[in-house]
Amino acid sequence: MDLSYGPEYEAFRGEVRRFLEANWPPTGGEAELPKPERVRRFRERAVAAGYLLRWIPRAYGGSEQPADALKATVIREEFSRVRAPQEPRGIGMMMLVPTLLEKGAEWQKQQFVPPTARDEIHWCQGYSEPGSGSDLASLKTRAELVGDEWIINGQKIWTTNALEADYMFCLCRTEPDAPKHAGISYLLVPMKQPGIEVRPLRQMNGGADFNEVFFTDARTKKDWIVGRRGEGWLVSRATLKHERQGIGNAEVASLTFAGLVHLARTSTRDGRPAIQDPVIRQRLAAIEGMVRSHEYSGYRQLSRAAHGKDPGPVALMNKLVSTNIGCEVAKLALDLLGDDGLLDPTAQADSGDLPGPNRSWLSQYMYSLGVAIAGGSANIQRNVIGERALGLPRDHYADRSSGR
Amino acid sequence: MNFDTSEEQELLQDTVRQFAERECPPQRVRELFDGEAPHDPALWKGLCELGVAGLVVPEAHGGAGLEQIELALVAEMLGYCGVPGPFLGHALACLALVHGGSPAQQRAWLPRLASGEALGSVALAEPGGRWLPAEWQLEERGGLRGSKRFVPAAESADLLVVGTAGGGLGLVPKDAAGVSIRPYPGVDRARRVADVHFEGAACEPLPGGVAAAARVRDAGLVLLAADAFGAASRLVDMAVAYAKTREQFGVTIGHFQALKHQLANMAVEIEPARGLFWYAAHAQDHVPADAERYAALAKAHITERAMQVARDVVEAHGGIGFTWECDVQIWFKRVMFDRAWLGGPPLHRERAAALAGW
Repeated sequence: MDLSYGPEYEAFRGEVRRFLEANWPPTGGEAELPKPERVRRFRERAVAAGYLLRWIPRAYGGSEQPADALKATVIREEFSRVRAPQEPRGIGMMMLVPTLLEKGAEWQKQQFVPPTARDEIHWCQGYSEPGSGSDLASLKTRAELVGDEWIINGQKIWTTNALEADYMFCLCRTEPDAPKHAGISYLLVPMKQPGIEVRPLRQMNGGADFNEVFFTDARTKKDWIVGRRGEGWLVSRATLKHERQGIGNAEVASLTFAGLVHLARTSTRDGRPAIQDPVIRQRLAAIEGMVRSHEYSGYRQLSRAAHGKDPGPVALMNKLVSTNIGCEVAKLALDLLGDDGLLDPTAQADSGDLPGPNRSWLSQYMYSLGVAIAGGSANIQRNVIGERALGLPRDHYADRSSGR
Repeated sequence: MNFDTSEEQELLQDTVRQFAERECPPQRVRELFDGEAPHDPALWKGLCELGVAGLVVPEAHGGAGLEQIELALVAEMLGYCGVPGPFLGHALACLALVHGGSPAQQRAWLPRLASGEALGSVALAEPGGRWLPAEWQLEERGGLRGSKRFVPAAESADLLVVGTAGGGLGLVPKDAAGVSIRPYPGVDRARRVADVHFEGAACEPLPGGVAAAARVRDAGLVLLAADAFGAASRLVDMAVAYAKTREQFGVTIGHFQALKHQLANMAVEIEPARGLFWYAAHAQDHVPADAERYAALAKAHITERAMQVARDVVEAHGGIGFTWECDVQIWFKRVMFDRAWLGGPPLHRERAAALAGW
């Protein structure tokens, strides 16, 4: 049992550090360039050096390195340490590129993967609909092939980044007579067109991360389909195991917990730092038990992945665990905020007496619920754990049909 | 980085588990639990033959020379299988001698403890919940006078390692004059406890007793966490198995989402904590700066979560879960022992807070 990286990986860390010292932050004339250009040039070199886009083949703009969870972790640690740009984030990199690499046509990979990986084009995901949340396969947005174009009508919801995105990868019903799961196709759709209207959704914490997207005779080309007609459900389930699917959740939980301890140190109760209050100390230590469990569970999963072993059923629990931690942290934070919990976290920074850090904790109190819902609600996670980790019988679906 | 069990460690766990499933299946666990005999020498002898008694005893003294992590992995399996017996007290007595004994004391006792020829235990708690070395008041000078509580397997032990005033440790052979033992009904009948009363009993101090007492405390916390992790994992397995066989309304009850979600929550409470007791155990030998605090965190977190899981598992079984006849109660009470021995979660959470400088 060894938590050190060992000589091989420490040597690799030295190599990464030397690269970063030479390349970030940029110096000389390059330091004067606009930020996007600085980032673009840095990423290009980091790909050439084999540090970014390791999971993407060279033919599509990646550095095509053997999967190595430990190297990926070292790279992430070192890049974070000097705040160097990492791989572009976003749903396009998370979902679309892996899907195209596994299921896309050659021309689709060539056309879409390199600019997405260079952060030049951006995507949004068209999955959920007002009537199709947890039961996603019941989706109703129609696409009909007319000549050499798909004509799309319907509505998507909870679409992150829809206003900024250039394209959507979208599940549409193309075979209305086929069984539920077999009637869906996976289409790529340009967002900047007259048939698409995007309306932001205002959240309870004041933010607007999501949108509704309305399709009225929106169009996309006949061959902008990934996989064949009716295969969209299977295409959307294609999950690739990439080294970048690391232990990010546990890092977030650890950082959030450190912030909570800081809040407890800086808040007061009865004229003393709240962290001296016995009840607060108990609650902090109880939450830390969850946080450290998640953290070391993460190291264990990383180690097993690095050695080609199955991480076991705990991998199915990570989302619910980090959701639970986020909610416990949020509840203690609200107690620490005291009277500030009466203020409006959505008000502008200069309009009240709520200091910035407390505002973000108040917002986090609500946002932690968003995390519990997004990407498969906590109850859906419990179904997944019950059925796939514990082997309990599947839920009864009144509309059960073939597929799925 | 390889934060994972080695093949040898997995083999050790498999060996203990296979032994327990063969020699101490649930029916035998129940016989011992319900029986009057405080200790099954044949069962313990079998475990000793696997090397369990001398895991952390150096090879020079006839042990396996392994570390706290191996001890914790064995504790997890004993908890999972519900194996009754004196493992906890014996392991802590060995650690006390390994870390605090003089060469002569080690030569006198460690080979016999490692082989299982002699059984060790620890006498730590004093009346009033004084579990921690800093709280001990029993004076060793001029002979011990006073009581220790909740001494595991005291009646069967050949050697007691006794916590003394000033936070040190001393050795008292059980047949020494001035030692009387009063067993009483503990909640966990798989691990019997007794009061030990001293009337001027001679006590031989361990020269490194103060450091060893801290080590024994932290090792004990880790072993209880590991045992509770194993026991809670078993309880979840029992509830899942029941949900797959018990039928109501024409289907197995595992079909019902209310129960399915409860079972998922139980698994989520326990399974991720595996890494926590691993790290707490690993820290005892390799990360001194984290050893004390992580032992406290692991014990508090895992035994509390295990206790909640045990309660939920009773509920998930319905009426049968509330009966003496149902095996759930045996593991439920095992977790009650793990939670309370060495002090409960609030005590160790406060210690974790203080150790963090909060």
